[in-house]
Amino acid sequence: MRQIYAGRPHTVVLRALYALKTSAWFIVVSGFFEPVFYLLAFGLGLGTLVGSVTGPLGQPVSYAAFIAPALLATSAMNGAIYDSTWNVFFKMRFARLYEGMIATSLGTLDIALGEIMYALLRGLVYALAFMAVMLSLGLVPSVWGILAVPAALLIAFGFSACGMALTSYMTTFQQMDWINFFMLPMFLFSATFYPITVYPEYIRWIIKLFPLWHGIELIRGLTLGQFDVSILWHVLYFVVMIAVGLIATTRRLTNLFMK
Amino acid sequence: MEKPIDIVIHARGLTKDFGQLRAVDSVDFEVRKGEAFGLLGPNGAGKSTTMRMIASVSKRTGGELSILGLDPNEYGPDIRGHLGVVPQQDNLDLEIKVRENLIVYGRYFGLPMKFLRPKADELIEFVQLTEKAKAKVDTLSGGMKRRLTIARALINEPDILLLDEPTTGLDPQARHVLWDRLFRLKESGVTLVITTHYMDEAEQLCDRLIVMDKGRIMAAGTPASLIQEFSSREVVELRFGSDKNARLAEQLRGFGERIEVLPDRILIYTDTGEEDLARIVERGLRPVTSLVRRSSLEDVFLRLTGRSLIE
Repeated sequence: MRQIYAGRPHTVVLRALYALKTSAWFIVVSGFFEPVFYLLAFGLGLGTLVGSVTGPLGQPVSYAAFIAPALLATSAMNGAIYDSTWNVFFKMRFARLYEGMIATSLGTLDIALGEIMYALLRGLVYALAFMAVMLSLGLVPSVWGILAVPAALLIAFGFSACGMALTSYMTTFQQMDWINFFMLPMFLFSATFYPITVYPEYIRWIIKLFPLWHGIELIRGLTLGQFDVSILWHVLYFVVMIAVGLIATTRRLTNLFMK
Repeated sequence: MEKPIDIVIHARGLTKDFGQLRAVDSVDFEVRKGEAFGLLGPNGAGKSTTMRMIASVSKRTGGELSILGLDPNEYGPDIRGHLGVVPQQDNLDLEIKVRENLIVYGRYFGLPMKFLRPKADELIEFVQLTEKAKAKVDTLSGGMKRRLTIARALINEPDILLLDEPTTGLDPQARHVLWDRLFRLKESGVTLVITTHYMDEAEQLCDRLIVMDKGRIMAAGTPASLIQEFSSREVVELRFGSDKNARLAEQLRGFGERIEVLPDRILIYTDTGEEDLARIVERGLRPVTSLVRRSSLEDVFLRLTGRSLIE
């Protein structure tokens, strides 16, 4: 453990904050607007045609209130994936940033955790901002909804850890495009814009294998007031993702930079 | 095993394999506190791999290695805390500014801000970048980036500074500025370990060096002792024209300790260059150009590692 962890992931976060101040603040600000645009176009625009849908407790909810938690989950995923794939890919392959970090007394787990903590910090800002939009539009009927913010962080943590692990195997930009190829259908079909019950039974099982469905169900359950044991399963799914992602990332960084 | 305190790096039978390839093949060397130690060799000789093992970021396959009395396989991060590393290719943080590069790097070592703020300013002055402190790194020239990398490597006040080809790609002015700074560091007691394939750099900077080729040590010693051992005091260079060199070399037999015929010139390794040249001219041989010079480390290097190109 001493070989891979010096207890200083916060210094990697500090580095990211300096970089944010100097270079990347616009990209970060732009990330907030994406889910808001979806919410306005689909929830409020398309929603007027849809009317209300049946919520998880059988209660009628507005279409906007139905898709808003899904958009929160998706934006947690997108932010985490963007940071842990494209940003990490660049730092790993082109900026030689980790090479420099490894030469200090930092370990590979410090680097992995530090990058993920920064992604989470960014995710927290997005989640709070989007939550504020949801609240101001009256789209959070349940008090449990306040837990949607930590839930979004859990989702982001899972996706960052796995995203960074995957990225460590990528060597070309073409391979990086596979990630986008996978993300878009996951966003569209994970019961984001309609309940999973529209699918035949076997497709439902396939959808349930993917992480975004668990993220969406978790947050939707919280904001619409379905607080039951199913939430634990969704949480567990992400805990496993975090553990697997962190272990794999640390191993890969060690193999790549300490060979 | 207890090592005397003034041996800061100790390697015995140090070996590194990458799959089937043996990059470093059972090398032995020691570096003493405060000296400038050179690793010389052509591309692929195993210099950088040796350097990475010393830097405690690459695990050895076999043999012994101790840095500051510690085994890097076990105490990697602790050892790295006492090293400064100037890698072959700059890996400065391009997204943040010059001074921030030093501060952030110091934070990776766990050093407090109170220590880092004055230290960063002091180092920026030392590497003559005061005007650029607030500039972004990508606005710096190659030589400036190199100097910033050196400043960054010094932020933790290292006991040993590792420099992997520090002046490759720099113009002569920038090289001399850099050499000057390295001299000062050496004077202040920092141990330097330098890889280079510039022989003038090795002669300028290194107290002692090893010449590596194909993962092995070919020779070790001070620059002067290596020249004495592997070359003559002087070298006579004769050019007769590329079509005649080989033929005329026959007639030069008996001059010097050793004669080397190259496509463009003939080299005579001798202790009495001027006399030999006079006698050659007396024999009626008329080289187009002739030159008597002192033997250099480059002669040693080429003798030990051959003249064929290594890509």
